[in-house]
Amino acid sequence: MSGWRAGIAATLLALTIWQVVVWTTGVARFILPPPVLVFETIWDDRALLAEHAAITMAEVLIGLALGAVLGFISAIGLASSSSTRALVKPILVFSQSIPVFTLAPILTLWLGFGLWSKITMALIIIYFPVTSSFFDALMRTNKDWIGMAHVMGATPWRIMWRIRVPSALPGFASGLRLAAVYAPIGAIIGEWVGASRGLGYLMLLANGRAKTDLMFAALIVLAILTILLHASVNKLCEKTLDRGFP
Amino acid sequence: MTAAPALHLSGSAKISDQLIFEDLDLKIAAGEWTCLLGASGVGKSTVLRLFAGLGDGIDLAGEMTGDPNVALMAQDDLLLPWLSALDNVLIGARLRGEVADKTRAHGVLGRVGLAEHAHKRPGELSGGQRQRVALARTLMEDRPVVLLDEPFSALDALTRSQMQELTAELLVGRTVLLVTHDPGEAARLGQTILIMTQDGLSGVDTPSGAIPRPVEAPNVLQTQAELLLRLRNT
Repeated sequence: MSGWRAGIAATLLALTIWQVVVWTTGVARFILPPPVLVFETIWDDRALLAEHAAITMAEVLIGLALGAVLGFISAIGLASSSSTRALVKPILVFSQSIPVFTLAPILTLWLGFGLWSKITMALIIIYFPVTSSFFDALMRTNKDWIGMAHVMGATPWRIMWRIRVPSALPGFASGLRLAAVYAPIGAIIGEWVGASRGLGYLMLLANGRAKTDLMFAALIVLAILTILLHASVNKLCEKTLDRGFP
Repeated sequence: MTAAPALHLSGSAKISDQLIFEDLDLKIAAGEWTCLLGASGVGKSTVLRLFAGLGDGIDLAGEMTGDPNVALMAQDDLLLPWLSALDNVLIGARLRGEVADKTRAHGVLGRVGLAEHAHKRPGELSGGQRQRVALARTLMEDRPVVLLDEPFSALDALTRSQMQELTAELLVGRTVLLVTHDPGEAARLGQTILIMTQDGLSGVDTPSGAIPRPVEAPNVLQTQAELLLRLRNT
C-alpha cells in the first residue's frame, strides 16, 4: 500500500476517529461538528468557499512567485560575493529570530487591507527557506567542476551561470517544495489580522458567529488546496529542475 | 592548435607550510608523452595542479615554465549531469563565451566512437563511454598541452586498454603529462617514464616502439615488471 492508496486510507482513518469522538462524547455541534455535517456545509456553501478560496490562492500564488524570484536572486548574490555574504547573512539570520506573526499588523498598517499585505506576508515566510536551500546548494558545487572551468578559461560569472546555478537547481526545488506548504500559512495570518475576503477571514468570521461547521469547512478546503499546491509544485520540480540529476 | 611546448618545473612546494616536494627538477619534452609514477602523497597531483594553473594555495619556491593553454582530464570524468554528451563537449566554448561549434563537436564525438550517443546525458552512458565523452571534451579544447590525472584508473581492464589506445592515437603531437599509478599503463604510453619519490625524480629506460605499445610485447612487459619492483622499493 503506497502513494495515493495510503493517503486515502489515512484520511478514512482520521475521519473515523473524528466521527467516533463525536459519537462517544456527545459533544455539541458548535464545539465539534461531525465530519458529515462539515462536508454538507462544504457542499452547501461551495460558492462562498470558492470565492474566498480564490482570493487566498491568488495571494499564495503571487507570494510564491515573488518569493521564488527574490530567493533565487538573493541566493546568487550571496553565493557570488563573500563581502555580500559577510554583510547580509547576519541580517538574514537575525530576521529569522523575529516571529513573523508579529509583523502581520504592521504590514496591514503599511500596505492596507487588500491583497498586498497578505502577499507580502506569504513572501516573507517563504523567502528564507527558498534563499537558504538554494544558497546552500550553490555553495556545495563540485570543486573539481569549478577547477575544470578555470582551466578552460571561464569567468566567475559564467561559472556561476553555466555550472553553479544548474547544479544547484535541485536545492532550489527543495526550497520551493517547502515554500508551497509555508506560503498559505503566511496568507492566512495576513487575513486574520485584517481582511474582508479570503479563507482566513472566513474562518475568523465563522468562528465568531459559532458557525463551527463553516470554520471547519474553510479549514478543510485550505488544507486540500495546500496539498494540491504542494503536489503540483513537486511534480513541476521533478519535470524541470530535477531533470538529469541522479 | 599552436606548436606543443616543453614544460619545466623546478624547486620546492608547500601547502599551508607542509612540504609537498623538495628540489624537484621535472622536464617534460615537447610533443611527447611523459608518464609520472609514484606513491600517493608524493606530490604528483600538486605538479599537475601547478601546470594546470590551479596553484592557488600552493606555495612554490622555484621556477615553472608552463603554458596557459592546457586541457585537463581526470579520473572523474567531470561531466555535467544535466547536459547531453554534445553539450558537455561544448562546455569549454560556452564557459569562454565563444560560439559553440556543434559541427566540430559532432565530429569529435564521432572520433571517440560516440556519434550515436551525442544527445544522451551522462547518466545514460556507461563508465567507459563517459570517459570517452571526457576525452572528446579534451580534444574539443584543442590545447597543445594535455594533463591527464589517472584518467583510466576507474575503468575495467578491457575498457582501460581500449581507452589508452584511443587517447594515445588522438593526442598525438601534443605535450602530454600522464600521472598514473599503473606501471602497465606507463610502459605502454610513456615516451619518458619518471618515478617520483620523496628524494626526487628518477628515470626509467623506456621500451622501444611507438605508442600505444602492444600489451603483449616482451619489452613492454619487462618494463612493467621493472617499474613495479622499483615502486615497491621506494
